[in-house]
Order: sequence, then structure tokens, then C-alpha cells
Amino acid sequence: MNWGGVSAFLAMGGYGGFVWGSYAVAALCIALEIALLAARHRRLRRSISN
Amino acid sequence: MTSNINWFKYASPATFYPLAGRLVPWFFIAAVLFAVPGIYVGFFVAPTDFQQGEAYRIIFIHVATAWMSMFLYVVMAFWAGVGLAFNTRLSSMMASAVAPTGALMTFIALWSGALWGKPMWGAWWVWDARLTSELILLFLYLGFMSLQAAIDDPRRADKAGAVIALVGVVNVPIIYFSVQWWNTLHQGASVSLTRSPSMAAAMLVGMLLMALAVWMYSIAATLLRVRCIILERERHSEWIGQLKELQK
Repeated sequence: MNWGGVSAFLAMGGYGGFVWGSYAVAALCIALEIALLAARHRRLRRSISN
Repeated sequence: MTSNINWFKYASPATFYPLAGRLVPWFFIAAVLFAVPGIYVGFFVAPTDFQQGEAYRIIFIHVATAWMSMFLYVVMAFWAGVGLAFNTRLSSMMASAVAPTGALMTFIALWSGALWGKPMWGAWWVWDARLTSELILLFLYLGFMSLQAAIDDPRRADKAGAVIALVGVVNVPIIYFSVQWWNTLHQGASVSLTRSPSMAAAMLVGMLLMALAVWMYSIAATLLRVRCIILERERHSEWIGQLKELQK
């Protein structure tokens, strides 16, 4: 698939908002889950070793 | 020849905790190694769909997370059932560790489905069998989690949660077969979308790579969460005091 430019790629044939809205929210959710889990584990380790 | 590995050894939180810790980074790495080519194939190799244009590219996140949302529910029900039947506490902790990631996968599947439904069907949401049963799946995950959170005694919470998990598992085949059993706007099996063999190949490869990426990610997140749950529940037991990673 040759998009012929960044703006065409971002536009996704007029469906850019729908396509990128799906992937952006998925990426955000996953990043948030990892961050929350890492923070929870760090907090637990700290409170136990004290 | 019999195996020398004693699998029951890993049924103990004390041995599973460090093992899970060693596995987590590898599953995160595997998830990235599948996601990068998956996204590449999905956006740069797979051609435009002649009916849906570029909007169909939502499929690569939508199908992967929808598959995983159903699969994780079965995994959760399995561990909850094992915990209920054999009274093994690590099994119940695994069930509790799967639930939030399962709920997350369900949410992403519903969200990406809404963003796909709007341009294709003209509606963010319709109350048809596939969408409604997937929404029920989200409520089952949330119900399991809030029930467990509402009960103070962890072992009683495990048992109550297991009942929801096991009863709710009947919903999984309903989701899966809903597109065959009822009239629906939702398309059938993804492979039937394809028009030509070359397209089938690229789309299928992209979908499978993304499914594997989501799978590996779910294992990593679940193992990381079960480590937290083990620390929370066993913090007063002796082995935790002896953990090397907790020594100052």
C-alpha cells in the first residue's frame, strides 16, 4: 500500500478520525494500564520493605 | 521417561512470584515484536478495501481485542473454577488478575467497533445480538471485579467471584455465534470480507500478528497484576520478608 504522502496517510481516505480514534484510544488504555500496574507494584514493594 | 519438572511447585505463590517477574519483560517484548509488523502490514501492506475504503483498517485492533476479550473471559472462568474446586489460592489470584485486562480488551473492542460502525452503518451503536452480548461481557467483567472489591475476606471474594465467572461463561459462545443465530448488521467471520486471495493473505497476516501482540500483552499485564495481588494478600507471610527484590 503506497500512501503517496503523510497527509494522505493521516486522512485515511476521509476516515482518519475513526481509524486514528480507534488506535489512539487503544494505545492510551494500554499505556495507562501499564503505568497503573507499575505504580501499584512499586508502591507495594516500598511499603513492604519499610 | 517422565518429566522431572514438578509443576505443582508453581502453584505456590512463593515460587510463582519470582517466576512471573522473570517472564513479564519477555512477554512485553514479544507483544512489541508482534505489534510492529502487525501495524506495518495493516497500514502499509494490506490494500484498500473496495467496499469500505480505508475505514476497514480498524479491523486490526478491533478483531484482535474482541477475540482476546472472549478468550480472557474463558481463562478467567477457568482459573476461578480451579480455585473453587481445589481451593488453590494462586488460581483464584490468577482469575482476579485476568479480569481488568479482559475488561480493557472488551472496552477497546466496543470503542473501535463504535468508531467503525458510525461511518459504515451510520450509527455508533445498535442493539443487535453481537453488540449487546459483547456489552454484557463488559458488565460481567465489571460485575466480577466490583463483587470481589466489595467483599473484605479474600477467600470469600474468590468464591463469590467464581460463581459469576462460571455462570457468565455461557455468554462467550453467544457472542461468538450471535452473527449466525440472529439477523445483524455486524459482518460475519472476517475472512469472508476478502475479495481476492492476495488481499486475504495480507489482511489475515495483519490480523493474526495483532492478535498475537494483544495475546502477549495480556499475558504480561496479567502476570504483572498477579504479582501485585500476591504481594497484597501475602504481605505478612514469611517468604515475602525473605524476597531478594524487597531487601534494602
